Amino acid sequence: MSGRSVATDADNTDTHDITVTVNGTPYRRRVEARLLLSDFLRHDLTLAGTHVGCEHGVCGACTVLFDGAAVRSCLMFAAQADGHAIVTVEGLALDREHLHPLQEAMRDCHGLQCGYCTPGILMTMKAFLDETPQPDEAQIREALSGNLCRCTGYQHIVEAMALAAQRLRK
Amino acid sequence: MATRNFGAPIRRNEDKRLLTGQALFVDDVELPGMVHAAFLRSNLAHAAIRSIDVGAARARDGVVAVYTAEDLGPYWAPGPLLVPPPPIAGSLFHQRTQVPLAKDKVRHVGEPLAVVLAQSRYLAEDALADIVVELDPLPAVVDLEAALADDAARVHEDLRGNVAAHVRQTRGNYAAARARADHVIGRRFHYDHGASSPIETRGIVANWDARANQLTVWDTTQAPVFLRNGLAAMLGLSERQVRVIAPFVGGGFGPKIMLFYPEEVVIPWAARKLNRPIKWIEDRLEHFFATTQERGQTHDAEIALTRDGRILGIKDVFLHDTGAYNPYGLTVPINSQCTLLGPYVVPNYDSTFTAVFTNKPIVTPYRGAGRQHGVFVMERLLDIAARELKLDRAEIRRRNFIPPDAFPYNNEIIYQDFAPLSYDSGNYEPVLDKSLAMIGYERFLAEEQPRLRAQGRHVGIGVTCYVEGTGIGPYEGAKVQVQSNGKVSLATGIGTQGQGHFTSFAQIVADQLGVEVADVDVVTGDTDQFYWGAGTFASRGAVVAGNAVNEAAKVVRQKILKLAAEHFECAEQDLEIADGAVSVVGVPGQ
Repeated sequence: MSGRSVATDADNTDTHDITVTVNGTPYRRRVEARLLLSDFLRHDLTLAGTHVGCEHGVCGACTVLFDGAAVRSCLMFAAQADGHAIVTVEGLALDREHLHPLQEAMRDCHGLQCGYCTPGILMTMKAFLDETPQPDEAQIREALSGNLCRCTGYQHIVEAMALAAQRLRK
Repeated sequence: MATRNFGAPIRRNEDKRLLTGQALFVDDVELPGMVHAAFLRSNLAHAAIRSIDVGAARARDGVVAVYTAEDLGPYWAPGPLLVPPPPIAGSLFHQRTQVPLAKDKVRHVGEPLAVVLAQSRYLAEDALADIVVELDPLPAVVDLEAALADDAARVHEDLRGNVAAHVRQTRGNYAAARARADHVIGRRFHYDHGASSPIETRGIVANWDARANQLTVWDTTQAPVFLRNGLAAMLGLSERQVRVIAPFVGGGFGPKIMLFYPEEVVIPWAARKLNRPIKWIEDRLEHFFATTQERGQTHDAEIALTRDGRILGIKDVFLHDTGAYNPYGLTVPINSQCTLLGPYVVPNYDSTFTAVFTNKPIVTPYRGAGRQHGVFVMERLLDIAARELKLDRAEIRRRNFIPPDAFPYNNEIIYQDFAPLSYDSGNYEPVLDKSLAMIGYERFLAEEQPRLRAQGRHVGIGVTCYVEGTGIGPYEGAKVQVQSNGKVSLATGIGTQGQGHFTSFAQIVADQLGVEVADVDVVTGDTDQFYWGAGTFASRGAVVAGNAVNEAAKVVRQKILKLAAEHFECAEQDLEIADGAVSVVGVPGQ
């Protein structure tokens, strides 16, 4: 009756040994087959910056980079990440002292309020701007359409992304 | 004061943490030995509980405990009435509040029947499937009018029907106004149920520290102090022994002000009983029925007018869906009743509502808290009147605005805060004119709309005016400190769900104490950092807590000036505070 179950019988204890690189650091872990990638990142690796909003691929809050592509970590199992490289919001900036230009632009344009959806938006837009360095507004809105934000009304996020694209080109 | 910070568009203090994934949300709390909770919820809207067998669930590997209502013993009790009904003569109110775990019957889909505590959430949910529940379905009460029929099933069988409340408020004499009206318009308006859906669902982590003799609760609440007080009372603890932390919260929108949700009653109790930290995070499916909702009204409204479009009176009879329980009293329907009047002179008003128990999720304030339902009715009536009387929609509103010389203006009915609905000041016509100019209203109607219509496109423009009673009291507090290292800190009792408190409150302190906004350390929503307050709701954070911050900062400023005057042996008025230092005006180096 509750949404988080993957399997309901006792035969769900298959485990896999995986090696996954997250934000440049390799991790070796033994995981249950049914463990979601989002739960693995958040609770096993304590990289809690990746947020979970819906657990069925609708809200986009849990988006991470998977070999450079934006994917929803709630729709993948940790076991599927074996041998792959993941970047989370914690790995976006160069170091603790600096913000990535995307983060800087979000701050300058007030592209966040409660900030819960923000990590997913940053990772979605990172992959988008890597592919589309000179986007127009319609392209930005299209790229953002898979991420839900309940506070801002999106206007300032769109402005932030245009500003970030401009700064990244310099 | 050199630069005024308050109101200046600046970068937010909290953003760096939020943008780098370093802000603490409830589900980010990880404690050693933590167990995870999952709730078994009713999949029927209305049913008698015949039996709940948790034997197999308790026997599953990794399961720590399983509880039903029976296990709660004397701790089991219906929740408190959060807002008593206002003292309106002749009104009727039946209090029926939610219970921690259902006993005897379930009254809405999602009502919890049992809780499983296990080594992981995955295992806890496995064990939910082991629980055998026998429910005898009862007819579900969902339609507001059908709910009031004599033969309708009863949500609360100890009541004679499904009426939760009945309230009438009047001003003047509507019947007499109607008798002399040139034009009367009556319509039925529906406003359907809705859910709030913040991107972060609800969640709670409770940790009983036996050595410190203290319970710490991280909760997605909009009201940490009320939660602390209530938990202490329920658990028989001193308020000092309970610390509630509302950390970063991913959107509130009203339903997170509601307490006590069943999970907020059960999880802290179980943490103490098991002497282990427990986490419960609502999943999105649960959110759709375990978190309170709103909307859900049917209005039969009538407006009486003169032929030139002046309002003589309004009569409104409406049904309000309160869901299965009514812990928030009458706040929502009273808001609808009062806010309907808006910025207009309505000399005669006759408004009656009936709140109805249904087998739906509980209704408590959510974004607007009932106000917009009333506004919707009024503004639709005026649009229809404008059309029928062949008036411009802006013009009919202009003709009915309360004139600027009529303030303070008393609407002669009682508002949700028990006080008369009285407007202190206002000048509405220039606001409307400015708005119409900014959106190019005239040009849109004259040029844009006909051009679009010729292309086969039906594009319109809406006009709505309203007055919102907000910044609701009664109090908030704040503590401003200059620490021994010279750093300034601020703590206030309200929590934050994206309002920017870490910046706006810091701006207020910075203005009083002459320090940088970024240098003010702000704590919100931690009952051990500030012990008293009400919460973040009804657009009151900046108004009520912001003023408390300002008053506290002023007191600190006076202390600084007094001390500096003694130090410099000069008068306080010869001193200025800027750039983090006090100096004597016109005396360099001092």
